[in-house]
Amino acid sequence: MKKTLALAALAAVTFAGAAEARDQIRIVGSSTVYPFSTTVAEQFGRSTSFKTPVVESTGSGGGLKLFCSGVGVDHPDITNASRAIKKSEVDKCQKNGVTSITEVKIGYDGIVLANSAKAPQMKLTRKQLFLALAKDVPAGEGKLIPNPNKTWKDVDASLPDLKIEVLGPPPTSGTRDAFAELALEGGCKKIKWVAALKKSDKNKYKAVCHSIREDGAYVEAGENDVLIVRKLEANPDAFGVFGYSFLDQNSDKVQGSVIEGVAPEFEAIADGSYPVSRPLFFYVKNAHVGKIQGIKEYLAEFTSNKAWGPDGYLADKGLVPMPEDERKRYQRDAANMFHNIM
Amino acid sequence: MTELSTNTPKPRDVSAIVTAGLAKRYAAERRFRAFGIAAIAIAVAFVALLFSSIIGNGYTVFVQTHMRLDVELSADAIDPKGTRDATVLARGDYAGLVKGALRERFADVKKRRDKRKLHGLASQGASYDLRNMVLADPNLIGQRISVWLPVSDDADMLIKGHIPRHTGEGSRRISDKEIAWLDALAEAGDLETQFNVRFFTSGDSREPELAGIWGAVVGSALTLLVTIALAFPSGVATAVYLEEFAPRNRWTDLIEVNINNLAAVPSIVFGLLGLAVFLNFFGMPRSAPVVGGFVLAIMTLPTIIIAGRVALTSVPPSVREAAYGLGASPVQAVFHHVLPLAMPGMLTGAIIGMARALGETAPLLMIGMVAFIVDIPGSFTDPSTVLPVQVYLWADSPERAFMEKTSAAIMVLLAFLIVMNGAAVYLRKKFEVRW
Repeated sequence: MKKTLALAALAAVTFAGAAEARDQIRIVGSSTVYPFSTTVAEQFGRSTSFKTPVVESTGSGGGLKLFCSGVGVDHPDITNASRAIKKSEVDKCQKNGVTSITEVKIGYDGIVLANSAKAPQMKLTRKQLFLALAKDVPAGEGKLIPNPNKTWKDVDASLPDLKIEVLGPPPTSGTRDAFAELALEGGCKKIKWVAALKKSDKNKYKAVCHSIREDGAYVEAGENDVLIVRKLEANPDAFGVFGYSFLDQNSDKVQGSVIEGVAPEFEAIADGSYPVSRPLFFYVKNAHVGKIQGIKEYLAEFTSNKAWGPDGYLADKGLVPMPEDERKRYQRDAANMFHNIM
Repeated sequence: MTELSTNTPKPRDVSAIVTAGLAKRYAAERRFRAFGIAAIAIAVAFVALLFSSIIGNGYTVFVQTHMRLDVELSADAIDPKGTRDATVLARGDYAGLVKGALRERFADVKKRRDKRKLHGLASQGASYDLRNMVLADPNLIGQRISVWLPVSDDADMLIKGHIPRHTGEGSRRISDKEIAWLDALAEAGDLETQFNVRFFTSGDSREPELAGIWGAVVGSALTLLVTIALAFPSGVATAVYLEEFAPRNRWTDLIEVNINNLAAVPSIVFGLLGLAVFLNFFGMPRSAPVVGGFVLAIMTLPTIIIAGRVALTSVPPSVREAAYGLGASPVQAVFHHVLPLAMPGMLTGAIIGMARALGETAPLLMIGMVAFIVDIPGSFTDPSTVLPVQVYLWADSPERAFMEKTSAAIMVLLAFLIVMNGAAVYLRKKFEVRW
């Protein structure tokens, strides 16, 4: 053991020099943005003389943690996020000397509730979704009871008589946060006295609207969306929650449920009519621009129309592009590195 | 005496008891053998199931569908000024050339939407192939050549039968029109499956048809080299010292208990150690095989030490005593006689430890080796990934064609393991001494 540590120390001294001269961009962050980020990285590596950036999938929170840990070659240059950066994370960045960050919004991702293509398609409202999946549901004015709904029919008589069984991501996932915020809170707001809570007791409001039941009706299936798709294929009565890109790639095996009368389709997510969709971002450390070769060029590749445009290669991977004026704005900001959020 | 004789059964009675019990004893023996065979049969059945599902999903990866196109390598698109400069040649619009060739082939496709679909038949790799051809031989510019180019992953999956043809058009990723184009190509003999060289020579890619395993194989090899270079010498030295020289006292007992404990520590803990010590304290590069090798070396050390000590204890004491009797010093006795005899056992232990290290992903997660890396690592400090990580990353990718790649990567990993275990058997046989 001692010997190993001594050797390690020796080697570390030797390799410390190597760490100083990093010649490729390092990207961390969201697993939802990972497929898009890697596609751009690969294109960038093949079409320029720069090395291909290294992309790690750490989750939005994990990525921002690494990103905000400091300035210098030991820390990543870019982090992907499936949600906007939080105030607490900005503070942490600032504390560690990361004082200037550029935010780039790259497009949208729809979150779908899907089931096997062999089963009939489900039509739901967000309120029904909330009543089916919330931990506690309101029963009368100001009263909460543990969710008694066993079948979809219990939620609403118009729904099929099937046991509620939803496979979805665990609490560490950005997809889960977004699902709770967009789908469940969206439905929860429809109940008047709960909506009133938002003003009077914000914490309670959040606890009611964002808590997902833990009695077995919602099954945490890990971060592996491929696994969820396979399980849905095997069990036509179950539903799964995952990103639109997985639905897009597996349209022969699973189908997305219609929510508030809108099916999760490319056009519906792009124009905002599909209610459960969220923006995706990446953040760039301005202090690294010029120090690490190729960051500007990578941004230029990402924000070019052939990448993130409606006909770009990211659309083929399932990214839902932003409207043109929004794209133009972020492209300009990325080129000038002045969309500083600090 | 008479009392005794009445108590002891007569010889005839003994044989009767034996005969009576015999059937039962035979049955017990048969039962035990049956249990053994059943256990083996179950194990074999599971292995067969595993292998058949992996091979069944993955064998098609060894071929890749290509189509033959006549491409006009026009000077306008590649090198309008005629400089023949490599950087200019590298930037040419090769994707445009491929698209042009496809449009020329199917001249009746007019609508913009259909054209997009038609262009999608060719893989992005087609333009890279053309570029490499031109870079290798700039004289091709201006010529019209007939080349085999890779098709896209969806087309490839259809040809290989992973996408069913006869389901409704809406529920598959490839439309009737695209199938018709592919069929037309096939009819003209311009579509065939060729050996997939790319899979064995390139690094990772987001396009399944371009993704290769070589980057991960090199990463695994570099990582394991570091691991064995560190863990084997220090493991053997520890085992020899503890077994042959160390005094038996509370301190050596403590060390022994700790080593045995370390062998059972979950591997993620070693990853956290690597992150805290090697990356944060020593500032070593993230995602580098050298750090991965260090972490895995610490993880395999206990295995090597324990196996080494067992191998040393199995050397008969007479060997040592004979050496001492002839006037050898303790160091001479160990290094000239005991260690060579214990070597086969130590090597086996080392290779079993290496095989475990080869299969690890958890500790590598913390030090950034679970990452998308396209470039093939060229040194111990280049970012790289390893085989099991590649399996994990592909298994998690949405594109259907990555399922096939996942199984193929598992096959490559198994082959790597078989080679290592084969080496262990070979070394053991080679050095083995019987007495």
